Amino acid sequence: MTAHATPACETCPAFNASQLKKMGVNTDDADYVIALAGNPNTGKSTVFNTLTGLRQHVGNWPGKTVTRAEGGFNFNNKTYKLVDLPGTYSLLSTSVDEEVARDFILFGQPSVTVAVVDATRIERNLNLVIQILEITDHVVVALNLLDEAKRHGIEVDERHLARTLGVPVIPMVARKGQGVPELLQAIENVVNGEYQLRPYRIRQNDPKLEQVLNKMTAIIEQQYPDLPNARWVALRLLDGDASIEEAIRENRLGVLTQANRSLSIDYIYPVEAIS
Amino acid sequence: MTLDELKKGEHAIVTKLSHTGSNHIRLMDLGILPGTHIQAELVSPLGDPTAYRVRETLIALRREQARQIEIERTEGK
Amino acid sequence: MNDTVDILKTAKQLRSELGDDYRAKLMEAIYSNATQITDTSVTYDSKKTKMTFDRVLDQALTHPIGGFLMMGLMFFAVFWITITGANIPSALLGEFLLGTVYNLLHNFATLISLPVWLSGFLIDGVYLATAWVIAVMLPPMAIFFPLFTLLEDFGYLPRVAFNLDRLFARAGAHGKQSLSMMMGYGCNAAGVISTRIIDSPRERLVAIITNNFSICNGRWPTLILMGTIFIGATAPPALASFFAAMSVVTIAVLGIVMTLLVSWGLSKTWLQGETSVFSLELPPYRPPQIMRTIYTSIIDRTLIVLWRAIWMAAPAGAVIWLISNIMIGDLSIAGHLVNFFNPLGLLLGLNGVIIVAYIVAIPANEIVIPTILMLTLTLGNNIAGAQPGVMLELDQSQVYTVLTQVGGWTMLTAVNLMLFSLLHNPCSTTILTIWNETKNKKWTFVATVLPIVLGVIITFSTSMIAHFFALV
Repeated sequence: MTAHATPACETCPAFNASQLKKMGVNTDDADYVIALAGNPNTGKSTVFNTLTGLRQHVGNWPGKTVTRAEGGFNFNNKTYKLVDLPGTYSLLSTSVDEEVARDFILFGQPSVTVAVVDATRIERNLNLVIQILEITDHVVVALNLLDEAKRHGIEVDERHLARTLGVPVIPMVARKGQGVPELLQAIENVVNGEYQLRPYRIRQNDPKLEQVLNKMTAIIEQQYPDLPNARWVALRLLDGDASIEEAIRENRLGVLTQANRSLSIDYIYPVEAIS
Repeated sequence: MTLDELKKGEHAIVTKLSHTGSNHIRLMDLGILPGTHIQAELVSPLGDPTAYRVRETLIALRREQARQIEIERTEGK
Repeated sequence: MNDTVDILKTAKQLRSELGDDYRAKLMEAIYSNATQITDTSVTYDSKKTKMTFDRVLDQALTHPIGGFLMMGLMFFAVFWITITGANIPSALLGEFLLGTVYNLLHNFATLISLPVWLSGFLIDGVYLATAWVIAVMLPPMAIFFPLFTLLEDFGYLPRVAFNLDRLFARAGAHGKQSLSMMMGYGCNAAGVISTRIIDSPRERLVAIITNNFSICNGRWPTLILMGTIFIGATAPPALASFFAAMSVVTIAVLGIVMTLLVSWGLSKTWLQGETSVFSLELPPYRPPQIMRTIYTSIIDRTLIVLWRAIWMAAPAGAVIWLISNIMIGDLSIAGHLVNFFNPLGLLLGLNGVIIVAYIVAIPANEIVIPTILMLTLTLGNNIAGAQPGVMLELDQSQVYTVLTQVGGWTMLTAVNLMLFSLLHNPCSTTILTIWNETKNKKWTFVATVLPIVLGVIITFSTSMIAHFFALV
């Protein structure tokens, strides 16, 4: 059965501009906003520098002493704003870095989140990628430090990885500039809806946990039918995440709707990823 | 036995994390969970902390943190 | 918002159903997902996977003897390369900015018949201080920071934090403070910002407050000069430079001791609290991107130095010129200030000139010595033809003569100046940075005032001891 992506909504914005403005990200001159996430020590800043060159600006996240680097680049006549998120191991804790990263991806709804993965430590890095995939489907995995992997005798089947994760996986050696055109193309493909995303979902086999999680997710979906990541919000509420609770109390989840995206994703029909 | 008793070069499996404070949450974020394989790889020349190899990463933990982790020694990986 | 309350209530209820190990179960699930995915997508060539080079290097760098040896060697190398590498560029920059351009500006001023007071104020005051800071600051910073960044990119610095952590843990601090401490040797403002690598707010504050005990690039010239012309000069010529170097090293070591002591003190008193969850990853060694790091680091540093020179040094230069040239009665404001502070100065084994110089040089440590020379000469026997408000430099033997014969300096003055340059308030850029990082008036105040209180106590003590034993 062939599947299709519904055509991109012509007038819908590609990101949540008002939320981004609250986070101090001015999106007036950008067509798309890209978030750059990843574990510490993955060469994320190299990827950032390679994409933005000197067109970057380093400052702070508002109200926090966490560094933020912001930059821009053009690709195929579109302007992209790139925001470097703090390096984090996970998005489930309450350290300032993780909150900043998590809030940006969740509330800012960037057009694409690029997750930089260290090819020599994929298993550890996937922890964050899997969590990101629960928050947003618009992910591109940058499989960086491939030269180091080769040096250590590690071979990655990135096509298989891409099929399993359901998002583009781009092999890179950022410090040599290798893989950059492919990364830019993948970002564009995701943003245009030309890539069939079939993002990986956390699988776990504790029946009690599954039952409770489904219940919580259903309740949230009922209250916020348009919320694209109800299951993730449920996961956080069950963990007693204070900032998500606050977001609910302040009614900030209502603005995160599917329609705020420039493409709709077909979950129902399994599809071969175009890569 | 607890992790701080693991000598340099020895391998172990984590059996339990003691739940005092936010330490155990941090440890879980770093991948230290019951069932995880862990190896003591480096010891600081001043005696503390010790760097443990956990899921392909070298994490340094101080003695009082390592004391919160119960382990079972094993042979190799 | 009944629904909202309902959601939160339900969540709480469901949470209690799940029990304590919800998070562990979830993390476990995620990790086993990761393992599953990796198992099917990644293959390992067992021959190479040993990563022998990395492990051998780690064993060497954390070895009880080898580790410390390497650390000592590494930091000695960084300082030596910075000092010697900066010599020629600083001299060239100095010749250009303080010689050629300075003269050009004065010629131009004469050409357009600018009133003397205005050309004095603008060129001798504002321009000169700015140019001085640039000439002295830029080359060492442009060398120190790339070197530091290269070590960081390579992955060595976390090993240093790992080696030294126990010292800092005993002082109630975090091993990563050793890194911000080292960064402070380049520039304290940069050192303060680098405390961001410390997660716990309490430990971060300790690192911020004590960062000033790291002797930033701007203070090295003062220390080296004093060490050479006063301390080194007391030794037989063959050992002169060794003694000089040792005196500077002693002050640096004293700085480290102060860092640990004050950290310990703060942890026991104002900044009491639990030692937070310690966290330090030792990343794999990675070949640094040498050219790119050097390039971006130099650009960053250059811009910061220029910014600082313009916003901080320029006004300082203006003030110095003004107080030296505006007369009250038959003495300049500077003269009055020097007289006013002299009693206090002598009590501390220093003198009024030094105190006034430090006050006006709050924005920039680099201009302390030039200001001291100018004030000493213009307010005393002007054997070097200095002009009021115009900072100057002399060669080392001249400096010695001027300070001792005109200024009446003794060995005590020199030693206490070295101590005071370690233990005085942070420069204004650093104070501003501390404010930006903490947004807390109380701690910014403490960070500013604590070092100078210690400085006063220590210089007073050495002065008393020296007088008591009639060493002076």
